[in-house]
Amino acid sequence: MSGAFRIPGAGRFSQAKTARFSFDGRSYAGIEGDTLASALLANGVHLVGRSFKYHRPRGILSAGAEEPNALVEIKRDAARKTPNVRATVQELYDGLDGQSQNRWPSLSFDLGAVSDIASPLLSAGFYYKTFMWPKAAWKRLYEPKIRAAAGLGVSPDQPDPDHYSSRYAHCDVLVLGGGAAGIAAALAAAETGVRVILADEQAEFGGSLRFESGAKIDGQDGFAWAQAAVAKLAAMDNVRVLSRTTAFGYYAQNFVGLVERVSEHLRTPGHDLARERLWQVRAKRVVLASGAIERHMVFADNDRPGIMLAGAARTYLNHYGVAVGRNVGVYTANDSAYAAAIDLKKAGVNVAAIVDLRENPTGPVIDEARALGIEINFGRAVLRAGGKLRVSSMTVQPKNGGGERTIAVDAILMSAGWTPSVHLFSQSRGKVAFNDETKRFVPGTYAQDCVSVGACNGTDGLSATVDEAYAAGAKAAKDAGAKTAKGNKPKVDASESWSRGMLGAAPGAGPDTTVKAFVDFQNDVTAKDIRQAVHEGMRSIEHVKRFTTNGMATDQGKTSNMHGLAIAAETLGKPIPEVGLTTFRAPYTPVTFGAIVSHARGPLFDPTRRTAIHPWAEAQGAVFEDVGQWKRAWYFPKAGEDMHAAVDRECVAVRKTAGLFDASTLGKIEVVGPDAAKFMELLYTNPWEKLEPGRCRYGIMLREDGFIYDDGVVGRLAPDRFHVTTTTGGAPRVMNHMEDYLQTEFPHLNVWLTSITEQWAVIAVQGPKSRDIIAPLVEGIDMSDEALPHMSVREGKICGVPTRLFRMSFTGERGFEVNVPADYGQAVWEALWAEGQKHGAAAYGTEAMHVLRAEKGYIIVGQDTDGTVTPNDAGLDWAVGKKKTDFVGIRGLTRPDLVAKGRKQLVGLKTRDPKVVLEEGAQIVEDPKQAIPMKMIGHVSSSYWSENCGRSIALALVAGGRDRMGETLYVPMPNGVIEVEVTGMVFFDETGGRLNG
Amino acid sequence: MLLIRCPYCEEERPELEFRNAGEAHIARSANMAGESDDDFEKFFFIRSNPKGIIYERWRHMHGCARFFNAVRDTVTDKFVMTYKAGEPKPSKLPGVAK
Repeated sequence: MSGAFRIPGAGRFSQAKTARFSFDGRSYAGIEGDTLASALLANGVHLVGRSFKYHRPRGILSAGAEEPNALVEIKRDAARKTPNVRATVQELYDGLDGQSQNRWPSLSFDLGAVSDIASPLLSAGFYYKTFMWPKAAWKRLYEPKIRAAAGLGVSPDQPDPDHYSSRYAHCDVLVLGGGAAGIAAALAAAETGVRVILADEQAEFGGSLRFESGAKIDGQDGFAWAQAAVAKLAAMDNVRVLSRTTAFGYYAQNFVGLVERVSEHLRTPGHDLARERLWQVRAKRVVLASGAIERHMVFADNDRPGIMLAGAARTYLNHYGVAVGRNVGVYTANDSAYAAAIDLKKAGVNVAAIVDLRENPTGPVIDEARALGIEINFGRAVLRAGGKLRVSSMTVQPKNGGGERTIAVDAILMSAGWTPSVHLFSQSRGKVAFNDETKRFVPGTYAQDCVSVGACNGTDGLSATVDEAYAAGAKAAKDAGAKTAKGNKPKVDASESWSRGMLGAAPGAGPDTTVKAFVDFQNDVTAKDIRQAVHEGMRSIEHVKRFTTNGMATDQGKTSNMHGLAIAAETLGKPIPEVGLTTFRAPYTPVTFGAIVSHARGPLFDPTRRTAIHPWAEAQGAVFEDVGQWKRAWYFPKAGEDMHAAVDRECVAVRKTAGLFDASTLGKIEVVGPDAAKFMELLYTNPWEKLEPGRCRYGIMLREDGFIYDDGVVGRLAPDRFHVTTTTGGAPRVMNHMEDYLQTEFPHLNVWLTSITEQWAVIAVQGPKSRDIIAPLVEGIDMSDEALPHMSVREGKICGVPTRLFRMSFTGERGFEVNVPADYGQAVWEALWAEGQKHGAAAYGTEAMHVLRAEKGYIIVGQDTDGTVTPNDAGLDWAVGKKKTDFVGIRGLTRPDLVAKGRKQLVGLKTRDPKVVLEEGAQIVEDPKQAIPMKMIGHVSSSYWSENCGRSIALALVAGGRDRMGETLYVPMPNGVIEVEVTGMVFFDETGGRLNG
Repeated sequence: MLLIRCPYCEEERPELEFRNAGEAHIARSANMAGESDDDFEKFFFIRSNPKGIIYERWRHMHGCARFFNAVRDTVTDKFVMTYKAGEPKPSKLPGVAK
């Protein structure tokens, strides 16, 4: 048996196919096709959670995505615990394990419910008022306590083991919502042959046809017609049908985000299936068929379990075969709840009474209810509900006052009317308009190529809906380029129709009362809270919303916004349209981070770039550091060495014999063409026209403001060909900077730029023995100092493969940079390594490279410069062509502030105690005894222990630095003040003799 | 995500392929070194920030890699038109009443 409240013969699923599940540790049976909500109701379980603020017992309000109360935790295993799942959306599978939330020690006895009794202290805005003093208590006491007491579910504490997928799709017509309107629109569009996507958030298509027992289309029951029509659509090549797929965001130019729940409903999803799939759809036309959401009645204790929306009760009966009670009451302000009463009565459920706020409504449903013998009370209100963990009665009174009467019930079905779902329309930046007659906001001015049809457009009645939707679908297809239209409009044979209703608090929960009549169930906002917010000075609906938190929960106020607005408007004494709606924002329903992130996590979050020589370094036990996306060998520790020992050994080896360094990550750009030299003249500060082919020059690139942007050694391979190197991190932006000027400012120059960073592996061989190591492997290049002096480049062969061999140095030693095609990088490295071993050479990493260059005062752009440093500041004035009439940055360099005295200049620093190594980024002052805050005159930009110098060395940017040579300055640190002397930037081999040593 | 028509590829492509490159039609002086402080200030620092039509540069970074100019409405985010680098600022905009 799948529950005592299952009605034999009712519902659309076989009651023979049972699915076992547990809730709060108790075992139950449901049937395949159930949601967790319908299965619980079939077992007579209404109490499923505690509320956010007052910990009030809560039941199931709805049968869909708008559910504010029935939020549960679904647990598959230790890592797969999902909090705040709507029980009305979660499909049942055999073995499902659900837990209620926000209660302790148990759902039926929750100590937190004391806050319900203390509720006068917890009214609107209480957070802002109550926990103000003392200030220190907020962090240590109030916030942790409030966070523990409030908040619904508990976040999973393990990494998400599931995988998610992501797809882009394009279509001519995207139909959002698969009820009668959506299906009719999709049919009309699909029949023209254009590409159509039809998406619906439910497991089955049909929308309201799931419960509208009175609907007949093309001679069939409405729901059956929907299934047949969707099956027909799914079989068409030009149509994609997506169920369990929620359109959550409508972005610019008909770009819509949808999330498909791929395997949440399966007992064993398996590893092949993604958990969810993100669809990013670009549509030429969008048809919005998102329907309408029923509103509850706002009366005292309207949140007791067993009180639910009338349409939901009807869905549970007609779709799932579940009666929500045995003796139900109905409280309504429109016709639609009558249909629920009629269906339940026909299914054998006792309907104790219908209470209708309206004075003397007439219509076929009222006649039918009366004919079935249901008691109907017009002009009356339900004052309050009785019961605590489950509703037990409703107390009725004529709405203008009079005698009270209490009627015993075990459920109350309520309907205040239906709110068109304009969420997606509003997200598309469309402007809503208020229809005063029907008291609802409907789509007004459109901002994008979309159209709303059916209930979300305020269209009442199935016949009118299908007519409107079919015509809109055909027009959307035509606008998207369809040529022919064929097919037949579905014929509506019988339909239900209702409209109107009420907004705001019902009699008994008016301004003169203090009852708890809930407007927003999920955030525990009552009618009184909203009035109080207005009384306390909130005038804008956006302020009322934030002060009361009405509509700010995860359900985004789907059931509460209109009631809240009406109460605020009434209190303000303004008409509703003047108060206005709060903004609808994406997502329509909560979307998991997993779906948004998809595969882009872990190693796939960002690309990892490895050089051709990486495997060798890895095999040698190199420690790597991240430089941008690159992995670079940081140092090569031998057994027993720590980082300092390894770096010291590498630094000494380079100066004593030689070292090999993988410089492949250096950015490389080839500048080619008849005007290549002219282009270089404009992009770099240096003169290039006269640089002979075969020679190199250190180049500085500025921005127009005159500050250093990048640097690097440039080799001229031929009159029309330059091999430009950039910093490792700067390569992409330097390329962009060059392309920008070439394409837009200097398009008259005949030049081509090619990124060659990844085409050439670069092996730096530096040290007194470097030529001895390279020479035996090189063919076709004279390696003598006369033929290949410092700062020159030759093309030839090494190890039989082509090379661009640079004689250059970033260490101050005789040095070479061997460029070879990347595919040969590791082979050539290994050959050079074998030669190097004969001379006692070491492999060195980026840390030793940094130390060696700092010993020589060579700067690193981005470390010793920070975007406010000019060539002069860096001591590089010699690299700026004085006779040049133009280059990027030439005007910036002459700006008053850039030529002013006292600018920060790059200098060397030596600590008085040579053993003390300064901290990079440390601030420098003139007088360490001055009062705090001290006047800072500069900072340390590079600082290392130099084994070669036998002391610490540092570079620093200091105001007026070059005029302070020999001066003593101070670096205040937490453990004391460090005394330093200002020096030149070169700490080792000041004459530069070793370049040819 | 916006759709942007690249005037070189002659195709509408998703925003992900493009990079904004700042305001358009700010010419670099042929006599840059001789610019006055005021002119350099205008050239380098001053940018318009209109509510409405803006002329800006974009680069089809992950496509043809060309820079081009675009007219965009900052209120609706809609692209009114795009045109090649070097072409004059359009005097008439399609679909914009003025």
